[in-house]
Amino acid sequence: MILSAASLQKIDQEVAKYPADQKQSAVMSALIIAQDEKGWLSTEVMDSVAEYLGMAPVAVYEVASFYTMYNLKPTGKYKLTLCTCLPCGLQGSLAAADHLREKLGIDFNETTPDGRFTLKEGECMGACAMAPVVLVNNKKMCDYMSNDKIDQLLKDLK
Amino acid sequence: MIDYGPDAILMKGLDGRNWRLKDYEARDGYAALKKILQEKRKPEDIINDLKKSALRGRGGAGFPTGLKWSFMPRQFPGAKYVVCNSDEGEPGTCKDRDLLRYNPHSVIEGMVIAGYAMQASAGYNYIHGEIWDTYELYQEALAEAYAAGYVGKNILGSDFSYEMYTHPGYGAYICGEETALLESLEGKKGMPRFKPPFPASYGLYGKPTTINNTETFAAVPWILRNSADAFLALGKPNNGGTKIFSVTGHVNRPGNYEVKLGTPFAKLLEMAGGMRAGHKLKACIPGGSSMPVLPAEIMMKTDMDYDSIAKAGSMLGSGAVIVMDERTCMVRALERLSYFYFEESCGQCTPCREGTGWLYRIVNRIENGQGRMEDLALLDNVSDNIAGRTICALGDAAALPVKSFIKHFRDEFVHHIQHKECLVKGEIEPRWGRTQKEKLKEAA
Repeated sequence: MILSAASLQKIDQEVAKYPADQKQSAVMSALIIAQDEKGWLSTEVMDSVAEYLGMAPVAVYEVASFYTMYNLKPTGKYKLTLCTCLPCGLQGSLAAADHLREKLGIDFNETTPDGRFTLKEGECMGACAMAPVVLVNNKKMCDYMSNDKIDQLLKDLK
Repeated sequence: MIDYGPDAILMKGLDGRNWRLKDYEARDGYAALKKILQEKRKPEDIINDLKKSALRGRGGAGFPTGLKWSFMPRQFPGAKYVVCNSDEGEPGTCKDRDLLRYNPHSVIEGMVIAGYAMQASAGYNYIHGEIWDTYELYQEALAEAYAAGYVGKNILGSDFSYEMYTHPGYGAYICGEETALLESLEGKKGMPRFKPPFPASYGLYGKPTTINNTETFAAVPWILRNSADAFLALGKPNNGGTKIFSVTGHVNRPGNYEVKLGTPFAKLLEMAGGMRAGHKLKACIPGGSSMPVLPAEIMMKTDMDYDSIAKAGSMLGSGAVIVMDERTCMVRALERLSYFYFEESCGQCTPCREGTGWLYRIVNRIENGQGRMEDLALLDNVSDNIAGRTICALGDAAALPVKSFIKHFRDEFVHHIQHKECLVKGEIEPRWGRTQKEKLKEAA
């Protein structure tokens, strides 16, 4: 098995949430757990999730490619996703996007040469009143991101 | 204390830290559930109470909750499900996040009561993946509820058993559509299902299922604790209770405000700190980005309830109030909205998959000075060929903004096409910083 025992145990907890004949329901959580461990979802990782849940590999690929927060390619150590939707845009998130691009020297969907940061443009994260909003590695949401707070965040993420 | 306004009932007395079980109990939490189980209230009585309260779905469609619950075949043997839709991703909406992180037990209690009223076996809460810290906090609250005997086997010593679980979304707007959400819960791509059959007869795993929004569930305990009439009296006939509005855009204090349905928009705007200094209201989308935009003069005369907003030509939707001042270029604003629907179309129905791309590309070329006069009619035509021709409402959601922006702000689109620049001068919103401006200059 490609995934660690700790990850498999977490996946088992997810499987237990659903009826015994509906293991596939746990695939979204299983892929999140796998991505947290490996950083991204290679074909091998997705195949092992498929095997573990008794699914056809293609059914797992379908899920992984449908939901945008799964990484189907390696990313930098920190994936920063900034929401640029209209409400956030009216509250300064586009200027924040430019500040991030300037600071990191990369555009959206690019990774810094040192492999530390990948920058992504996100769609609505459900935190519009707290714009600008930056999501770090899908898990930590940072809100009210002024340029100063962005600078501090980049400094903190070593 | 977080100030949600003087009318707040669902968000009353919250300070961001008092979300735990003991805090909720101190606010009369779980009193409604206890009473129901002690008195062995009949499910149909609870459903009748909800009908009387005029509680309407808080997720977008505004469907009467009691009526929806009555569709469940309670006598159907075997598994039946309650699902909470916390996949909050409608641009402008950020209220469910606050409910889940600041008052999670109100949602849990509402879901347990729903389970009892519809004789369901389990409840799933599908939570937006981007708010992971809130997802974890909610799970902690759920564990507290289990430990206290409010959820699980033989709840509070009764013969009612009901399990509850969480399920994460992971970045697909379409999963806020209820049947797409069910597909996603089953571990598939979130592609909406044909209706009928409706979820009440064929839902999760093909079993009877009822899906409500987070805020809808959160209102249920208050109604049963204080009476349906009290809830109805807060709002207006057919529009019971309070509603949490997420006010975003060019206001001084963007945030969530809970007001009585029927409150004038002008008052809500004032609660959000009013327009930013020196600027005046130009337009507002009153119910989330999928709803038609309204110009200031109509908006300032409108009350914030389902029927009044519908009469004004838009919809209350999810309660996301996007406020734009006179600096806003409506072409640029629409371009971003259209990109959102293009990006989020699931691709199942051809009119939406192809049409959202057409809409985005046409608005994009107008914004970038490449538009032609006939594009305006083309946008109308493409919109008409999406709306009403798809399985779910995302198609309509993509078409409505386009039609309403052009209807109310046609002169800005015409100016863009004729003069290859915005009608709005000076600092144009939504505003990019230096880098993008330079890029645009280079491109020109």
